[in-house]
Amino acid sequence: MKRRMKMLTSLALAGAMVVTMAGCGGKSNTSSGQGTKEKSTSTSQAKPAEDTGKVLNIQVWNEEFKSRIENHYKDYQKVSDTEGKIGDVTVKWTITPSKDNAYQNNLDTLLPKNADASADDKVDMFLMEADYALKYVNSDYTMKLSDLGITDDDLSDQYQYTKDIVTDKDGNIKGSSWQACSAGMIYNREAAKAVLGTDDPDKVQEAVSDWDKFSETAKKAKDKGYKITSTVNDTYRVYSTNVSAPWVTDNKVSIDPNIKNWVDNSKKMVEAGETTTADLWSDDWSKGFYPEGKVFAYFGPAWLINFSMASSTDGSIANKGGWGFCVGPQSFYWGGTWIAAATGTDNPNLVANIIKTMTTDKDVLREIADKDSDCVNSQSVLADLASADIPKRKPTKDDGGSITWILGGQNPYAQLAEGASKLDLKNISIYDQGCTEEFQAAMKNYFDDNASYDKAVAQFNKAVVEKYPELSTD
Amino acid sequence: MKKEKVTTATQIRRVIAYIVLVIITILCLFWFYILFINSTRSHAELTKGFTLLPSSFIAKNLGNVLLHGTLPIARGMLNSLLISASSAILTTYFSAMTAFAIHAYRFRGRKAIFTFILAIMMIPTQVTSLGFVRLMTSMNLMDNFIPLIVPSIAAPVVFFYMKQSMDATLPASLMEAARIDGASEVRIFNTIVIPLMKPAIAVQAIFAFVSTWNNYFLPALILHKDYMKTLPILIAQLRAADFLKFDMGQVYATIAFSIFPVIVVYLLLSKYIVGGTTAGAVKG
Amino acid sequence: MEKTVKPQRNNKVTRYNKWGYIFLIPFFVVFVIFQLIPLVSTIYNSFFENYRSGLQQIGPNFVGLGNYQKLLTGGDFFKYFGNTMIMWILGFVPQIVISLVLAYWFTDPSLRLKGQRFFKTVIYMPNLIMAAAFAMLFFTLFADTGPINSMLQQVGIWSKPYSFMSHVGSVRGMVAFMNCLMWFGNTTILLMAGMMGIDTSLFEAAEVDGATAHQIFWKVTLPLLRPILVYVMITSLIGGLQMFDVPQILTNGTGDPVRSSMTLIMWLNKHLYNYNYGMGGALSVILLVVTAVLSFAVFRFSASSEVDN
Repeated sequence: MKRRMKMLTSLALAGAMVVTMAGCGGKSNTSSGQGTKEKSTSTSQAKPAEDTGKVLNIQVWNEEFKSRIENHYKDYQKVSDTEGKIGDVTVKWTITPSKDNAYQNNLDTLLPKNADASADDKVDMFLMEADYALKYVNSDYTMKLSDLGITDDDLSDQYQYTKDIVTDKDGNIKGSSWQACSAGMIYNREAAKAVLGTDDPDKVQEAVSDWDKFSETAKKAKDKGYKITSTVNDTYRVYSTNVSAPWVTDNKVSIDPNIKNWVDNSKKMVEAGETTTADLWSDDWSKGFYPEGKVFAYFGPAWLINFSMASSTDGSIANKGGWGFCVGPQSFYWGGTWIAAATGTDNPNLVANIIKTMTTDKDVLREIADKDSDCVNSQSVLADLASADIPKRKPTKDDGGSITWILGGQNPYAQLAEGASKLDLKNISIYDQGCTEEFQAAMKNYFDDNASYDKAVAQFNKAVVEKYPELSTD
Repeated sequence: MKKEKVTTATQIRRVIAYIVLVIITILCLFWFYILFINSTRSHAELTKGFTLLPSSFIAKNLGNVLLHGTLPIARGMLNSLLISASSAILTTYFSAMTAFAIHAYRFRGRKAIFTFILAIMMIPTQVTSLGFVRLMTSMNLMDNFIPLIVPSIAAPVVFFYMKQSMDATLPASLMEAARIDGASEVRIFNTIVIPLMKPAIAVQAIFAFVSTWNNYFLPALILHKDYMKTLPILIAQLRAADFLKFDMGQVYATIAFSIFPVIVVYLLLSKYIVGGTTAGAVKG
Repeated sequence: MEKTVKPQRNNKVTRYNKWGYIFLIPFFVVFVIFQLIPLVSTIYNSFFENYRSGLQQIGPNFVGLGNYQKLLTGGDFFKYFGNTMIMWILGFVPQIVISLVLAYWFTDPSLRLKGQRFFKTVIYMPNLIMAAAFAMLFFTLFADTGPINSMLQQVGIWSKPYSFMSHVGSVRGMVAFMNCLMWFGNTTILLMAGMMGIDTSLFEAAEVDGATAHQIFWKVTLPLLRPILVYVMITSLIGGLQMFDVPQILTNGTGDPVRSSMTLIMWLNKHLYNYNYGMGGALSVILLVVTAVLSFAVFRFSASSEVDN
């Protein structure tokens, strides 16, 4: 296992070097921001229209991208928590939470009216999540990156899966991300020692390398008083990433065999008392962030490790550096943020420059990785990071600390890079978010013994049709 | 002998009453206590578990919400105050006026109108919300307070209460006397009827203020610009924040902050509930 | 509701009576604009297929009674109606009992309770907390690893945490308990007002006749309270049919387990998700009819028994 990983890493490195060298030919001096701007205006074939807007409106659902811009886009000057300036252009951030579909509802109201909106109200740029990105990508409300002067070459260092998610039905790329949210299994080192007698990532990986082994480990964990996962929903995305068909084809909803596997395996584990049916993000779920919670592992990407596992709280496992990271039974991804340019923007060049700087400039991406511990969307930067000696920064009240601290000194980038390169996301549909939500909710009834599997599926079908009346079910 | 027996029975009943009342009081106030405790705790403390002892984060939580947050909470409080106070005033004044029309005058169709108003009391607000939002969109009243304030003028439930209490407290002779003095009908209503109706108005004003203050359903459909939003919408937004910003400490601090004005308004008007209800009584 | 002003055949008075119409103008103008027009448009829309799918608008296409048919077949409507009524009754019965007892104690002169001001002030206070905040607190308190479970485990009542959110009875019970707690103060205040309006000479007369406190309550107070009880019942029924915030927040909008706590308005809310004016409109109309029928039934039932007395 270890050897294979090393080989892959060196392959990735070699590939990255070629890319870097190719990249160097075009770019002379890339000091982020300024440098790329010059290039995008001088060499692009499809030159966008002149910038006329005085206000750059950006629609977001949280503050992540805003803080990335504040910290890493050199020309940006912060004015207030919801406003900034780039040159004489005012940047306005509108934050609408994703919950209850509010963020998308807001976009769905604004985008169709964007052409007629007054210059200062036009949406110039907005962010998308993987679960529904196709909805906007396949519409006329997002611009092709090529029309903004961003070429395939510019994007060549990005992971393929991040481009697949934002490729429309005609093969045009219409968004770009600075993150590669490949994910893995985050295990409690203390628990691993107790259950498996080792906390070495490779040895732990062997014990969970497929779902059968995972189940065996779950039984052993149970004997030692640990739950294998905090809830059944922890493993959901591992299965759902590796499906053989999308949720919806030709307006018909179907449950993929791998999703069914999730249901069957989860049901067994719940019955054996090896996990629970709590909701993600609930208090019951996050109990395992502390040693008393007695949870063996969580499943998630780098952002989960960095931001959500209570690393700045005394007594948490993350605070003591007590987690380890391995790939787990199947590689998967969770989350990620894609930047799209809204059709009708009156600042196309600025938008292009922001997208280019934030998602393709290697110096900026490396800076983001170092400072914010994002798993960045650059094969070469990740390869560098995998072999770099990343300093352990202790978490404090205001800083979550570095990923290497939380993982007890482990550098996870080799595993993250490996995961990202193996991802295949051909099987996504615009309905994924709604289907995922409703499916998890419906299956909870089955896991809790409140309904048979068939009844739970019937409830899922009903809920999906309520959300999307145009779909049919079995 | 007989007399003594009655007193012991009363004594026992009194003890039972006190015990029950104390239990009920605890059940009623407990929630305010946990809200307060939770608003003093940090997010990490809150996820770790529950406690009855306060922590030290209240200033930090409130600071995060009011000074460093991206949501205009202070502005939201102002919006909520404006909408709730206006609704409470309009609904009590105009419901009293409508009730007065039915109570004091004998005109053709009076009974039919009375029955009609009682019948429309049964229309649930949510039922018309779809049409309401469409109409407001076409009237260009989205992101405007008018759709949240003005409709309170036509409130059948408040009207019904006012009517009942007028029947009990407003004799016709009073108006006769005023008319002889040469007062106009509008003047009679404003200077004689309204003051007499004070207790009933206070009770309904509290009900109206509180329910508007806590209303989420309709304002959430009408108000979309951040600086127009009311507190319940902003609280829902805080709760909906995702993992990066999700901070239950802030949520609880905001809830505590938003309950404060209602408590003040309630305590100011509650003397009418506590003492003066006889005057506003519904006649049996 | 009986007339207190005796109709007077007096020219001077009839001249004033046009003011009745004038004073009704604000009510009716506002009613027509903000309620009637939306109501009509809701009814009109209920005959069309009209919703948004992602960024596409589907319809409006006339479908006749298609939406109604979809709603009423399959039994979902009746299930959610049943849920709503069960949770309402579970909350209303204890609420009315507690309110009656409290109102009775507060107005009973022989009891002379001290601290009445305080108690009366306190009972309405739960209503000041918004329903969503209430539901949030309950969710935390009754979580698998929450304080209620750990308390009960420490006492030894059960060894494993009880999953309150995974059982039909406990979820409905929590919803009912919250509604009861939030509204019993309101009801008590109304009933108290009613009781204080009863002529005290009636009580005295009953006492002289040797009636016990118990008998006075059942034979004198309760019958005289009937109009206000009807008012309380109808308003509470209407409020119950509109039950939304509490179960919505508590169950995160799912109405689980197995949609056993899904209320009609939560269902309506599901159709608002994609701006489904057709289905949402049809559900609204059905809801209106149900409310009217039920309220009318309560009204008639009580009116007829009033005649009996």
